[in-house]
Amino acid sequence: MCLSIPAKIISIDGSMAEVSAGGAIFNAGLHMIEDAKVGDYILLHAGFAIQMISEKEAEETLRLFEEINNSLDE
Amino acid sequence: MKYIDEFRNKNLVTKLADQIHKSVIRDYTFMEVCGGHTSAIHRFGIPSLLPENIRLISGPGCPVCVTGTDFIDRAIAYSKMEDVIITTFGDLIKVPGSSSSLEKEKAAGANIRIVLSGLDALEIARLNSGKKIIFLGIGFETTAPGSAVTIKQAAKENINNFFLLSTHKLMPPAMEAIIKDGASLDGFICPGHVAAITGSSIFDFIPERYNLGCVVTGFEPADILQSILMLIKMVNQNTPKVEIQYNRAVTLCGNLIAQRCLSEVFETCDASWRGFGVIPLSGLKLRKDFERFDIEKILPLKIIFKEDNELCICGEILRGLKTPEDCPLFSEICFPENPLGACMVSNEGACNSWYKYRFVK
Repeated sequence: MCLSIPAKIISIDGSMAEVSAGGAIFNAGLHMIEDAKVGDYILLHAGFAIQMISEKEAEETLRLFEEINNSLDE
Repeated sequence: MKYIDEFRNKNLVTKLADQIHKSVIRDYTFMEVCGGHTSAIHRFGIPSLLPENIRLISGPGCPVCVTGTDFIDRAIAYSKMEDVIITTFGDLIKVPGSSSSLEKEKAAGANIRIVLSGLDALEIARLNSGKKIIFLGIGFETTAPGSAVTIKQAAKENINNFFLLSTHKLMPPAMEAIIKDGASLDGFICPGHVAAITGSSIFDFIPERYNLGCVVTGFEPADILQSILMLIKMVNQNTPKVEIQYNRAVTLCGNLIAQRCLSEVFETCDASWRGFGVIPLSGLKLRKDFERFDIEKILPLKIIFKEDNELCICGEILRGLKTPEDCPLFSEICFPENPLGACMVSNEGACNSWYKYRFVK
């Protein structure tokens, strides 16, 4: 029930946005996040954007995975 | 980056599983607290990738599962009143009450509507000024801020036919109850989307007071495996702490706007959990300033409810003491299509996930 999905903001109208998740379009309230822009990824939960997704942190996590991989290959 | 496929990469998942196999030196039991994790773990077949000495057990983090029969009975009682429209997330609709469910009442003609968001329920209130719209507020720290925003919006627009029936709950008190209850655990896979709101620091008391490690975890297979690896290391090195695996969505402090909104609208109260009984200060009720939206204040009602089927062990499953295969009803007379207990209803319930992805009887 705490399921939240990554969704991309495609348009913003005041405190509401249209977001796209896997090609499906949803409405998302932006009441809980600041400085969201079209193109940003948010976590969509029960009709609200509950958090911005950090691309930098996601890349860092993937880089860590890569390190684990490499350490195994050695 | 779409934040899904990258974390489902088969090669990556296999390597992480290899690393886990190389790291184990004893038996480990970890609890995935969140129902979303229970569902993901079984859907992705995570147990089949792990060595036999790692046991994952489900916890109390499925809001539908821990909702008491009395809440469903209350919602049904309101649905029978004149000029009432019940609005609810779809998750709740099949949960059995004492003698009926919202789904059965809807089929019998009650005005019960499924919404995706509190804001959709508020729109129904705007369009039906002669009716009382009751929104069933269910969910943990992830979902409750949405209810808070909705109530603030109703107050701002002075909408006087919109009400909340709250069974919103807080995660940490239930985790503490489980530890005190004596569940045998070596660490927690902590709910990532609760922490997206609260911040990871909400779990700090667990290593501090109870010497158990916590990893705040994402919901893709690589996320879950990496977290298990992090927990194994903490156990092996005896260094329990709170770590964030799900860095792309979770910080130490969380979403401060959502937290402010939550504390502006709600205050903590004692709450009843299926399987646990009352856990002090584990629920959320509307503050005095917003009491005019609290349906239990506006239209108080007394209900008499029956306890669950005495053979149902949902309570013990939610407390991490038993698994679905210990239940005499599981897959005998309790199925997803005709659930007797709440853990079989929700997609995130342990019984539902076992039935769909794991258990062959």
